[in-house]
Amino acid sequence: MPFLTRSARRIGGLLAVLLIASLVIFLLIEAAPGDPASIMLGTSAAPDTVAALRAELGLNRPLGVRYLAWLAGLATGDMGVSFTYDTPVAELIGDRLLVTLPLTAMAVVLSVLIALPLGVWAANRPNGAVDTLASVFSQVGIAVPNFWIGLLLILGVALGLGWFTTGGFPGWGAGFAPAMGALVLPAIALAIPQAAVLTRVTRAAVIEVANEDFVRTARAKGMSRGRALWRHTVPNALLPVVTMLGLQIPFLISGAVLVENVFTLPGIGTLAYQALSQRDLIVVQNVVLLFTLIVLLVNFAVDALYSVLDPRLRGRT
Amino acid sequence: MRRLPLSLIIGGAITALLIGAALLSRVWTPADPTAMNVLNRLKGPGEAGLLGADQIGRDVFSIVMAGAWTSLGVAFTATIIGGAVGTLVGVTAAARGGAIERVLMAANGVLFSFPPILSAILLGALMGPGALTSITAIGIFMVPVFARISRAAAMQIWARDFVQAARMAGKGQALITVQHVIPNIQAQIIVQLAIQTGLGILSEAGLSFLGMGVAPPTPSWGRMLADAQTYISAAPHLVLAPGLAIAVAVLGLNLLGDGLRDLTDPRRRQAS
Repeated sequence: MPFLTRSARRIGGLLAVLLIASLVIFLLIEAAPGDPASIMLGTSAAPDTVAALRAELGLNRPLGVRYLAWLAGLATGDMGVSFTYDTPVAELIGDRLLVTLPLTAMAVVLSVLIALPLGVWAANRPNGAVDTLASVFSQVGIAVPNFWIGLLLILGVALGLGWFTTGGFPGWGAGFAPAMGALVLPAIALAIPQAAVLTRVTRAAVIEVANEDFVRTARAKGMSRGRALWRHTVPNALLPVVTMLGLQIPFLISGAVLVENVFTLPGIGTLAYQALSQRDLIVVQNVVLLFTLIVLLVNFAVDALYSVLDPRLRGRT
Repeated sequence: MRRLPLSLIIGGAITALLIGAALLSRVWTPADPTAMNVLNRLKGPGEAGLLGADQIGRDVFSIVMAGAWTSLGVAFTATIIGGAVGTLVGVTAAARGGAIERVLMAANGVLFSFPPILSAILLGALMGPGALTSITAIGIFMVPVFARISRAAAMQIWARDFVQAARMAGKGQALITVQHVIPNIQAQIIVQLAIQTGLGILSEAGLSFLGMGVAPPTPSWGRMLADAQTYISAAPHLVLAPGLAIAVAVLGLNLLGDGLRDLTDPRRRQAS
């Protein structure tokens, strides 16, 4: 199938899934108890004030019209106004992304930096000391909740050693170093379970590829063990690692909600959680859709990366 | 007799301990896990009970024991329900193929983009926090996990000769699925049940930590950690026990799953 048709079909599929997800989110939030207008005005508000606000917010319009209005707003970047923050939701989310995106990016980089060398090393000497260490790390790392790692880091590193802060975020206005410093411990907490999963996948993939004919041929032609490993084995083992990285994104997002909460970081996760507890449903609705969009986009990107990493897959869908 | 895999022995022992503690907590705990005793407030291990006391003087050891029941109950219920629905979706997709398979797997893709915490936030808006919200949110995420695994496994069975023979004999898709496919993939499903129950415990703990899990005073490991964070300077010991309980429980179930896999599929033993 020609490349363009295939890409168009994939983008169409992505949009269709996103549309279904948005409808599900919209209907769930609509079904949630409590009228936004009366929640905003409090229990003591007069009925006609509530009615006036309902009209102003457009809550009197039919369900379908409101859904379409939401989608139309999204297309122009208008997500409505949060009543607890009295700020446009889009602006609120934009601010919070400046914390969550660097945090998750740092965690992904950190987990890859731990997992790739550890997994490759473990695979290169199966049943050696590093392999044992790697397998203990991957078993334990998967089992340990990231928010508990966060608490232990606060206890041991922030309170014990006095390094970094126990939580909070100074804002990017305070300078690059203090802001990044506030993200270091949360990123470690977020990265360890991810690194555990990736180490396991890396090790298995490297062992599998190392037994392939082309690696044996390279070795038979006199290529050194290390050179064959880095030139032939590792690049070919990256596909399952990248796949797993993509599959882990939903967990990374869940993890960010928890870890941001532990370190009281003003990120998207904290926003979603606070909005829920204050029943600021317009924020919940948009944040959840944003998360879904991120998960779908990452999976889309991972699919696209396949053909870059493995030319054999080009031309297949 | 074949030697049992080490992971099966360790994982099985931890899981047995976990289930034992959960069951025992229904009839006996060292102290009442909900009884306050202000005199013991934030006392350390040994000063009040084996693991100390929390911010209102409840016995930590007893809450951890009772928390095992909550964690395991929520996680296992969610996994069984999600696993059953997911497996049904997976084997149906494998059996029918074509448009039905594509629609089912696309629906899976949508579900998979909602991690448990997101569904819990959405469902929390709808029905408030609680055990039912946790079970539904975790169960929803289990559906695509089991659907993917059972579909892949079932497709392998469908390609085998004995299934071809059954088709020649005039058996329908449903009958073949029940008589041939499910018996041949059940080992893989059971392995996943163990592993996913472990992940379910992690999710349950996360939800309780955020206050979206079971309602107080029902003991839960996640909420113990949320409480412990408030008193982290005054009583650091409160952070350790619940976290360790979660980690050991998940580790045990993962090892059990790995061990069962090695036992039922010896080919994988050399590979991994």
